[in-house]
Amino acid sequence: MARQRTQARAGQGSWLAGLPGLAYLVALVLAPLVIILIFSFLSRAKLGVGVRWEFTVQPYVELFYTESLSGERAFDPTYLQIFFNSVLYSLITAVVCLVLSIPIALWIATRPPKWRTLLVFLVTIPFWTSLLIRTYAFVIILNDNGPINGALGGLGIISEPISMLYTPFATIVGLVYSFLPFMILPIYASAERFDFRLAEAAYDLGAAKLTVLRRIVLPAVRPGVIAGFILVFIPALGSYLAPELLGGGKTSMIANVIAAQFGASRNWPFGAALSVMVLVIVMLALVIFAVIAKRTSRRGSGQSLESLL
Amino acid sequence: MTANKPLALQVRGVSKSFATPEGGEVRALDNVSLDVAEGSFTVLLGPSGCGKTTLLRCIAGLESPDGGEILLQDQRIDTVPVWKRRVNTVFQSYALFPHMTVAQNIAFGLQMDKLPKSEITRKVEQSLDLVKLSGLGGRRPQQLSGGQQQRVALARALAKEPEVLLLDEPLSALDLKLRRGMQLELKRLQQETHITFILVTHDQDEAMSMGDQVAVFNEGRIVQVGAPRDVYLRPSTSFVADFIGEANLVPLTEGSGPAVIAGWGPVPTAAWAGDSPEPAPGRMTIAVRPEDVTISADPSGRFEVIDATFIGGDLHTVVQVGDTTLASRQPAATAHALATGGRCEIAFRDGSLRVVEA
Repeated sequence: MARQRTQARAGQGSWLAGLPGLAYLVALVLAPLVIILIFSFLSRAKLGVGVRWEFTVQPYVELFYTESLSGERAFDPTYLQIFFNSVLYSLITAVVCLVLSIPIALWIATRPPKWRTLLVFLVTIPFWTSLLIRTYAFVIILNDNGPINGALGGLGIISEPISMLYTPFATIVGLVYSFLPFMILPIYASAERFDFRLAEAAYDLGAAKLTVLRRIVLPAVRPGVIAGFILVFIPALGSYLAPELLGGGKTSMIANVIAAQFGASRNWPFGAALSVMVLVIVMLALVIFAVIAKRTSRRGSGQSLESLL
Repeated sequence: MTANKPLALQVRGVSKSFATPEGGEVRALDNVSLDVAEGSFTVLLGPSGCGKTTLLRCIAGLESPDGGEILLQDQRIDTVPVWKRRVNTVFQSYALFPHMTVAQNIAFGLQMDKLPKSEITRKVEQSLDLVKLSGLGGRRPQQLSGGQQQRVALARALAKEPEVLLLDEPLSALDLKLRRGMQLELKRLQQETHITFILVTHDQDEAMSMGDQVAVFNEGRIVQVGAPRDVYLRPSTSFVADFIGEANLVPLTEGSGPAVIAGWGPVPTAAWAGDSPEPAPGRMTIAVRPEDVTISADPSGRFEVIDATFIGGDLHTVVQVGDTTLASRQPAATAHALATGGRCEIAFRDGSLRVVEA
């Protein structure tokens, strides 16, 4: 017994080593979440900012119902619609990123090694500038007088400028642009380890290109695809800049509504309740991903993907 | 030779070059031609980097030749995409799909042929039986030993019943004992299935024991094609003589009259192999096997024994002759008096000397 205690396994240091990380998680992740959860069950301050310490479920009621001046409650899908749009835009973003990333990642992974390093480096270049500035750049690009409309008009393809800015389209373009590297990099990491001799073997056995991609390459890069999907979908769901600057407030996503509650509307409890809902949606999404990953891994690859979640 | 049988595969004047990372160009195949009879076992033999694997990949369709034609059953296939060729490959790395079971691996190629499910199940079972892996269809490749993975790779390719089966150094990853067993196994499979096999190897013993026909490669060219016995007994170039078995390569001195081995003397007529080519300018090298060289101890002999070593029941001797050395291998009992540093005389067995191209 004594020997066992002295011989800790390599890399399995004392539990004390985990303390800083634990403290960090408690102070900066768990505590704010608990505060948000508590705030969501409190009443709105009558004047100014903050909350009144009076228990109520009113914020959650407000999610689904509006109260008219006469005090009648009526079902109001406004916020549900915003949640639905947010999830939809995030899903579209993740799917578009996926479709764009697979060819890019595979292309990079099939270059000679010295090129790969450079190309991966190029993928990360956008991170050098603030997301705010890059999103503002898209305001210029998608503008009625921007380069896209200018080029299309100059070529005589369109006579009137297409209004792209301040539409859901612009929001999604901004989101795809912001999160594309988070999809490319994990897929590339999986693809780089892929043994391309397996693809040759599949060709040799009579599989055409798309079949090889679907049945041999994709199963091999699936861990990267799942990781990328999570890394894009979840931040996209909570993104603020793209819908604010490119969606023009008309196509708000949930983060913009939450920001408004803590800002202009001064309804902290309702903002907190919306945040709790986002948390619930993210957790549901993770569970769904985990189930999908588990099911497909049992049917297909033997690799364990649960570890990613 | 098997010239009377119909040809499964014809390679005509195929060339292929690769760009090197330094910006140069390597000629991997240089105007290579080869006929492969139906149902035969052809071995492409040569040192690494000689182009034999490149030829195999050109036949499979994984490389496209720069020039020349490849015909399968008299139909050109060099322009047909790899997945449409009735040719399958057993890869050196086996290339088994890790996310599929053994049975799924074998079924993959059959699914590509759009066979009905029942037919696929039947053929998978049949192929597993053929390579003696019945009952292991549910395993994953990583759960199998190297030898078993090798058999799965074979079963996967054979299940497609290809016109020609290509094997790229299939045994190189196996240990020696297993390799010997698999050589016999491959031979059996080839005879049972009547499928034309083309196997690439750098191991001359493998080539000799398995092939009906051996094509010896060197530097992107086929230097000699023939039955293993013919290639061994009648090498046409010094490279073949040296690569297959062992050979002494002895220069002849140029001049009129009978050929003279430098430092030894004129070659007696009886020593020539009956079908040896005549020495000619540019073809002034003799190949002779060590077992055809007899060294006898002679205190007044003209030559010095550089080294004499017993290996098994044989005495291996190296003798200085002129500017070169000559190796001999003879039963120890006939040469007991030979020792390093001693004097000796050399004789060549009748019919053992052959002129080869340099």
